[in-house]
Amino acid sequence: MKTVLKDPPKDVVKALEPVIKRYREKKGNTISLLADIQTTFGYIPEDAVDHVSRTLNLSSAEIYGVASFYAMFRFKPEGRNVVRLCRGTACHVQGSWLIGEQVQRHFGIHEGGTTEDGMFSLHYVACLGCCSLAPVMMVNGTVHGRLTPELAVEVLETYRSKA
Amino acid sequence: MDKITVKVGMASCGIAAGARPVLEELQKSLSGRRDVEIKEVGCLGLCFHEPLVEVDNAGKRTVYGEVTPEIARRIISEHIDEGKILEDRAILSTEIDACENKMVDRQVRVVLRNSGHIDPTKIEEYIARQGYDAIKKALSSMTPEEVIEDVLASGLRGRGGAGFPTGLKWKFARGSQSDEKYVVCNADEGDPGAFMDRSVLEGDPHSIIEGMSICGYAIGSTHGVIYCRAEYPLAIKNLSIALVQAREKNLLGKNIMGLGFDFDIYIKEGAGAFVCGEETALMASIEGHRGMPRPRPPFPANRGVYGKPTNINNVETFANIAWIINNGGKAFAAYGTEKSKGSKVFALAGKISKGGLVEVPMGMPIRDVIFDIGGGIPNGKKFKAVQLGGPSGGCLPESMLDTPVDYESINATGAIMGSGGMVVMDEDTCIVDVAKFFLTFVQNESCGKCPFCRIGTKRMLEILERICAGKGKPEDLDTLEGMAYKVKDGSLCGLGQTAPNPVLTTLKYFREEYEAHIKEKRCPAKVCTALIHYTIDPEKCIGCIKCARQCPVNAISGEIKKLHVIDQDVCVRCGQCIKVCPVKAISVE
Ligand SMILES: Cc1cc2nc3c(=O)[nH]c(=O)nc-3n(C[C@H](O)[C@H](O)[C@H](O)COP(=O)(O)O)c2cc1C
Ligand code: SF4
Ligand code: SF4
Ligand code: SF4
Ligand code: FES
Ligand code: FES
Repeated sequence: MKTVLKDPPKDVVKALEPVIKRYREKKGNTISLLADIQTTFGYIPEDAVDHVSRTLNLSSAEIYGVASFYAMFRFKPEGRNVVRLCRGTACHVQGSWLIGEQVQRHFGIHEGGTTEDGMFSLHYVACLGCCSLAPVMMVNGTVHGRLTPELAVEVLETYRSKA
Repeated sequence: MDKITVKVGMASCGIAAGARPVLEELQKSLSGRRDVEIKEVGCLGLCFHEPLVEVDNAGKRTVYGEVTPEIARRIISEHIDEGKILEDRAILSTEIDACENKMVDRQVRVVLRNSGHIDPTKIEEYIARQGYDAIKKALSSMTPEEVIEDVLASGLRGRGGAGFPTGLKWKFARGSQSDEKYVVCNADEGDPGAFMDRSVLEGDPHSIIEGMSICGYAIGSTHGVIYCRAEYPLAIKNLSIALVQAREKNLLGKNIMGLGFDFDIYIKEGAGAFVCGEETALMASIEGHRGMPRPRPPFPANRGVYGKPTNINNVETFANIAWIINNGGKAFAAYGTEKSKGSKVFALAGKISKGGLVEVPMGMPIRDVIFDIGGGIPNGKKFKAVQLGGPSGGCLPESMLDTPVDYESINATGAIMGSGGMVVMDEDTCIVDVAKFFLTFVQNESCGKCPFCRIGTKRMLEILERICAGKGKPEDLDTLEGMAYKVKDGSLCGLGQTAPNPVLTTLKYFREEYEAHIKEKRCPAKVCTALIHYTIDPEKCIGCIKCARQCPVNAISGEIKKLHVIDQDVCVRCGQCIKVCPVKAISVE
């Protein structure tokens, strides 16, 4: 990634201590290591990858290779509220694309992006397993079902004040 | 006097439908009462009526649907206190003729035997319903070979999609010599529109643990891994609780029940990749690598997780095992058809009146599943197609609805049984758009190893996009078909090999809909935005301004009490305006 290796910031090193300890003790694997990093920072910062790759003697190519393969890992911080709109089959035939368009228009974001004020990130996912309530979205950990475009926007607006 | 049990459906979809305030209301209003017990249970199958509350009075059972906190209070004051069933609210009952009684009459309960009845976080409740009897029976009175014989006799075939005979798979794994072997449960359930596995994992996790332990005994393995997709947090939570409780009771761990067998299980969370449901990719992912499929042989039975012999089965497959050992393979084989034994769980979703989970004997015609059990199509619309088998499957038209649900019959149509998702589509669904939807999906999920899967599906998708945009050419359909076969032949794993199925089946059964897009530049279902226009009938418009207020992009102009018009260059064809016009002045062509 970078040609000159500078020392990672101290706070990153400190935050990673338990992660590295766990990995060494449990002989963890790259996926659980990345999941741990993401839980710690909310995303996968480049500094963190540099640090664990040096400390644990793993190639950063391997780490990035695994991270980029799985949809769960992000390289950018998320918004305060993470919206996962289901774009699975059942939700698709119930018009979830219209919801996606309405949410993008209303909040001025694109799928995969975050609003300027950092309030919402929007992701499309394939099936949340609540197909009988289609169309469905998950906001943070909570599933909202039987949506219409207007209702989706209404629900999301309530999260503004919740924060 | 027996206690009255009040069960609240707290599967993740129940919670989404609003079950939590209902539960809280019941807990508040019933606190301190010794004659009533509240239980949080998993999926009852009647998902379209959620939130669900069941009152069980010594086996007299009544289920209420669409329960709100107010209705919960009525259930307490009328049903529990006065013994009067709320007839307007009961959807299922052993006591009265409720609206969904017929829906369950034609079903069987093998896989779903406990889901919705027991609190999945309490091992005692599983044990009270014959739980862990089967592993005890196997360990104390059967040899591993006899277990395998029984599973073979049951005729059980893998429920993860391909339908490989489970007993045979176990036999291969048993025959593989090694100091260490693995039992893996595939709980990746990536097929969008399917939620059978989620319901079992959330609602009856011990049945998976028991099924896996029996498998471990049969093949000679002491390690189990459940690979569960991260999108199912409640499933992971309930499984983790179940594992802890099973260990506490020595139903997992060293020397299980003192019968000399060691077995333990851990959970591995997925990280969001559909291809990881494929068994070789899944094993790579368990080891922490990129989930890339590899060629077989070697099969997992010879070289699996960490290079050790591995037996991998689907969640639903394992959920059948304890029942088979308890009741005998023959009892299981009594259900179903000659080659497809037992029952199958289907997740009904899409444009269907009674979306939910159903378990039916193999061999039931698809029509009966959709219309008799699923209640057919809502809002008086016409049935168009049913999608079986997800991205690897196909769309079947009305004329194929008498096909029985068994592996061979469904394969013969060009679709596949798959894991059990049935997504129903009505006349408002555009078949070309659906084909495009699935190709977009596999295009995103292809691991990229094989050029045909990676690039071939991309080319196919481009053609479909062109057709939907009204720029299709007459030769496109032949090109699509030709490429579809090349992708099938040139792909390494099931993802690429089956990715063209949605296109091939729709071309086979709905060709005229493709042709309407290409030749007449018309989308009969009025979905493809490039081919439709919303217009206001000047004769009918009364100038109420409702549509203009509703339009998200301000495409509609006009003054109050005057004719309104839609600016076609601005309109994004979202169809919002049509829903609010009080005089039906807006139409779409
Ligand atoms: C692309 C792809 C995705 C798959 N996804 C799943 C899945 O989510 N769950 C599953 O049980 N099997 C899935 N399978 C099938 C598995 O590879 C394997 O056949 C199955 O887990 C074996 O279990 P069974 O014999 O009990 O069906 C998938 C296969 C392919 C090719
Ligand atoms: S067929 Fe597709 S998903 Fe399967 S290995 Fe090849 S590229 Fe990967
Ligand atoms: S279809 Fe949507 S964008 Fe077009 S005029 Fe109607 S409301 Fe506006
Ligand atoms: S809603 Fe209907 S009647 Fe009212 S202004 Fe629009 S087109 Fe005219
Ligand atoms: S398709 Fe959206 S929840 Fe399943
Ligand atoms: S009742 Fe909710 S998943 Fe079925």
